[in-house]
Amino acid sequence: MSLNAIPLLSVIMFLPLLGALIVLILPGEENQKWWSLLVTTVTFLLSLALFFYWKDGEAGFQFVERYAWIPQLGIDYHLGVDGISLFLVLLTTFLGPLTILFSWDIKDRLKTYLFLMLLQETGVIGVFVSLDMVLFYLFWELTLIPMYFLIGLWGGPRRVYAAVKFFIYTMLGSTLMIIAILALRYFYGSFDFVDLLNGKGLPATVQLAFFIAFALAFAIKVPLFPFHTWLPDAHVQAPTAGSVVLAGVLLKMGTYGLVRFCLPLFPAATKQMVPVMMTLAIVGILYAALVALRQKDLKGLVAYSSIAHLGFVVLGIFALNPSGISGAVLQMVNHGVSTGGLFFLVGMLYHRAHRRMLDDFGGLWKQLPIFGAFFLVIMLSSAGLPGLNGFVGEFNILIGAFKANKIAALFATAGIIFAAWYLLYAFRQVMEGPLDKPENKLLPDLNAREIIILASLVAVILLIGLFPNIFFAKINPSVLELVHFVKIHAAPVLITPLPTQ
Amino acid sequence: MLNYAWLILLFPLLGLLTNLIFGRWLRDELIGWIASTAVFLSFLVVIGLFIALLGLPAGERQYQLLLWHWMRVDLFRADVKLLIDPLSVVMGLVVTGIGFLIHVYAIGYMKGDQRVQRFFVFMNFFILAMLTLVFANNFILLYVGWEGVGLASYLLIGFWFEKPSAAEAGKKAFLVNRVGDFGMALAIMWIFKLSGRVEFLDIAKNIQALAPEATAITLLLLLAVTGKSAQIPLYIWLPDAMEGPTPVSALIHAATMVTAGVYLIARTAAIFMLSPFTMTLVATIGVVTAFFAATMAMAQVDLKRILAYSTISQIGYMVLGVGVGAFSAGIFHLVTHAFFKALLFLGAGAVMHAFHGELDIRKMGGLRRKMPQTFWTFAIAAAALAGLPPFAGFFSKDEILWSAWLHSPWMWALGLLTAFMTAYYSTRAVVVPFMGKPRDKHLYEHAHEVSSVMTIPLWLLAAGALFGGLLGLPHISLIGHWLEPVFASVSAGGEAAGGSLEWIFMGISALVVLAGIGTAYYAYMVNTAFPQQFRRSLGFIDNLVQHKWYVDELYMAVIVHPLWDLGGWFADVFDRKVIDGAVNGLAWVTDEIGGGVRKLQTGLVGWYAFSLFLGAVLLLGYFMLIW
Repeated sequence: MSLNAIPLLSVIMFLPLLGALIVLILPGEENQKWWSLLVTTVTFLLSLALFFYWKDGEAGFQFVERYAWIPQLGIDYHLGVDGISLFLVLLTTFLGPLTILFSWDIKDRLKTYLFLMLLQETGVIGVFVSLDMVLFYLFWELTLIPMYFLIGLWGGPRRVYAAVKFFIYTMLGSTLMIIAILALRYFYGSFDFVDLLNGKGLPATVQLAFFIAFALAFAIKVPLFPFHTWLPDAHVQAPTAGSVVLAGVLLKMGTYGLVRFCLPLFPAATKQMVPVMMTLAIVGILYAALVALRQKDLKGLVAYSSIAHLGFVVLGIFALNPSGISGAVLQMVNHGVSTGGLFFLVGMLYHRAHRRMLDDFGGLWKQLPIFGAFFLVIMLSSAGLPGLNGFVGEFNILIGAFKANKIAALFATAGIIFAAWYLLYAFRQVMEGPLDKPENKLLPDLNAREIIILASLVAVILLIGLFPNIFFAKINPSVLELVHFVKIHAAPVLITPLPTQ
Repeated sequence: MLNYAWLILLFPLLGLLTNLIFGRWLRDELIGWIASTAVFLSFLVVIGLFIALLGLPAGERQYQLLLWHWMRVDLFRADVKLLIDPLSVVMGLVVTGIGFLIHVYAIGYMKGDQRVQRFFVFMNFFILAMLTLVFANNFILLYVGWEGVGLASYLLIGFWFEKPSAAEAGKKAFLVNRVGDFGMALAIMWIFKLSGRVEFLDIAKNIQALAPEATAITLLLLLAVTGKSAQIPLYIWLPDAMEGPTPVSALIHAATMVTAGVYLIARTAAIFMLSPFTMTLVATIGVVTAFFAATMAMAQVDLKRILAYSTISQIGYMVLGVGVGAFSAGIFHLVTHAFFKALLFLGAGAVMHAFHGELDIRKMGGLRRKMPQTFWTFAIAAAALAGLPPFAGFFSKDEILWSAWLHSPWMWALGLLTAFMTAYYSTRAVVVPFMGKPRDKHLYEHAHEVSSVMTIPLWLLAAGALFGGLLGLPHISLIGHWLEPVFASVSAGGEAAGGSLEWIFMGISALVVLAGIGTAYYAYMVNTAFPQQFRRSLGFIDNLVQHKWYVDELYMAVIVHPLWDLGGWFADVFDRKVIDGAVNGLAWVTDEIGGGVRKLQTGLVGWYAFSLFLGAVLLLGYFMLIW
């Protein structure tokens, strides 16, 4: 089968959008739901082709598509995936059908909701596969709109505040980024990522300015301490599927951006900023963990845990060695699965009890044994228990961090104690102790649809935990090349900017 | 045979999957037997491995089996790979052999519980994790087992999770162990950084690479040891762990898991030997823990807690042993202790079973007549614990004391004092519940001997407590010779020496033990007012001991509460007021300044293009809303 004949990435990327448009004209809510499920499932299955037809051992971009789009401005339609983006695409398409399945009970403006969810998927995939800076930027902004409406329309009581905060924060970062992208063109004469890579380096001070502009946009998205305060509000107010998408894939756009753009495009600045980024990452790990510990709302706890976990990813990235970055890339996927899973669990609980405070529960394990089993496994995966997925990513990150800086690794490793603390604390408050609240004695256990969602996640948790080499085999070559690239280009070059074309 | 070693992991895995998936349709007893059979099959496989190793020349008893490539990133290579050598086989025999007996006992003990299925799934999971720990050929896989047994421990301590104290105890165990694991994780990273390897044999081959940082690395490993093996300063979780069902206490918190720290030191002996400082600290922690835990064991009135502190104390001996370089002596004590301490716990469980959960020894008395089999087996185990010759504990403890003497007389002296206290509290644990007159008539009336599914394991373990010492008789030590190849490179001097002095020391130990037993017998059978008088004469020390030296309170005040409060301040003040406040302030300022400025006229084409796009999307959204 000749895959070159099929623009696979375009198909995967635009299928949800096509599905979204059809949802708008499809009559009947049942039809709309099944259609959305079908579209996202087919998208996922198609994206598996990326995995199975992957050329192992290759570091460069695969499944590349490149056409001139707006030649007058030098903007190309340029797509491709490498080991760094492959699994983020798969993660996005994997979570797609699960979020649709979860949203089965949405009654309010279902059609619009499904439309937005599908639109969102196209946007996120676009971000991960775009190799043209303008294209990347368009998709980056495209992801913002659906999430804004998802929070603003289907959210909790303070949804408008949260949505606006989310929007403004992200826009602030994006604005800096678009300015930087335009300025890059001024220096390099191109919007194309590969051209930028192959172009001559920039003076160190210029690099630093670019780095800060890009990194700030990405840091807000991750979010990295101290740019994180929009996230708990967004999560707490967002509907469950929105939270899953937000934590699962939207935040990865930030960490992905750091690896994809900041490191290779501004290597000298990267080197220079390592201490700053590592410090923020570590402060985030410890700070967010302690804040998570004191949340009264289970969803807030998961939101802060998400900040702590992504601190590990940023730490791994700025270790600037293969262990750190490969670990970070895998940990992005792990975080999507585990934190996504935790948000699903909180959503399932909320759906039953219409409450979410830790104090509202206690002893639920007795009433909800199946829920409890899934909660346990996903919690442990988030806590980095060896044998499950979180450990593999976290440990490689720490190995890399230790190589780069012992003290950094020391503090970050302390973070694994805190992670266990707030997770076990949550489990203790919600699932253990006496089942003493009468209203909790009537809660039904998981239904088949929910079990499918969680069992899919647990399958991935075990797959990554026990056979991570399946993933590393594809991640490593690209990461090795990136590390090598950064290393040889880290010495700042003094050149004059190219004239604009 | 050796290349079938993976079967040892397969059987518990199959057992747990079978019970997990089909358990809801099976009778409780069948679930128990499935789980027990799984462990028994693993036991047979380990025996097979033992025989296979015996067939090899001593120097070649080492076999590695690669199961699959686990994670490989650049130079970091961690595989799922087993190491079968005399040390792992000894541990494997203890884990599966004693594990099997405890599984069988638990069929009787857990009868009538509402969650038997879950219990045996967790128990098989524990065996799986423990065998992974023991047979791992590298640090990363060992770490899987290490945290895996911690998880099993957490789940089984909190098995009756409705009880707040059980739930808290499970959480505490996991978190305290995580502090230890923090050390382990850092040590692994450090070792990898220096040597580029994580497999034990590879590391040992190039051990000098670690030499410059050996003290730091071994101190981190030691932290992990003190967590898992409940030594100072991280022992505090073990007494609370008694909230778990008694078979769990016997298997995990006495015979196997808690000795994993001793195993870790033995397994990484080559690294520890690089740092004399750490070795001295190991030995010191061991002997001091042995002493302090013994003081607390003397003061407890709860039968299981007496045994819990006793376990801490006995592991202290093992740690002392490996700390003075007597690695096989430490492992020998680990083996004998596994027998007699498991037996003591199962005996305590039988008493509990008969007494409807009552554990306060002050309410017992005279049980000997109601529960003769439990009494005799318990007494044998207590004699072994006390170190009465010729029971198993005597030989193993004595070998450690002798090695301690060669290393440092004060450690020997403190160890000997501890031996006296051990004999004292062991005797008390037998005399008070089983002899004399019943103290609580009502409870006594209802007491009865337990069923044979429980007593048969008791007798089999009693055989071990009686004859286990034969494995390590001085000078013809079978276990010592068996383990010799493992420790060949690290046992320069230390254990050998000997001569008539060793026999004299053995005599002294025996006398001290007899004195301890005599004192306890006097205090609890002859002059029963003596314990009260003695306590009064101790004054404030008695208060300290009764409150377990206030160590828990200290940790709460110095570590837990400050962090908890700091988290609260972060959450309520720093996050909301400082960071969000700054953001809101910035927004306000921007708003004020930007009021009249047409910010959007930036002159950038891309910005206009984007605005167009954004406008289109917003319009689309707007239409959808009113649609």
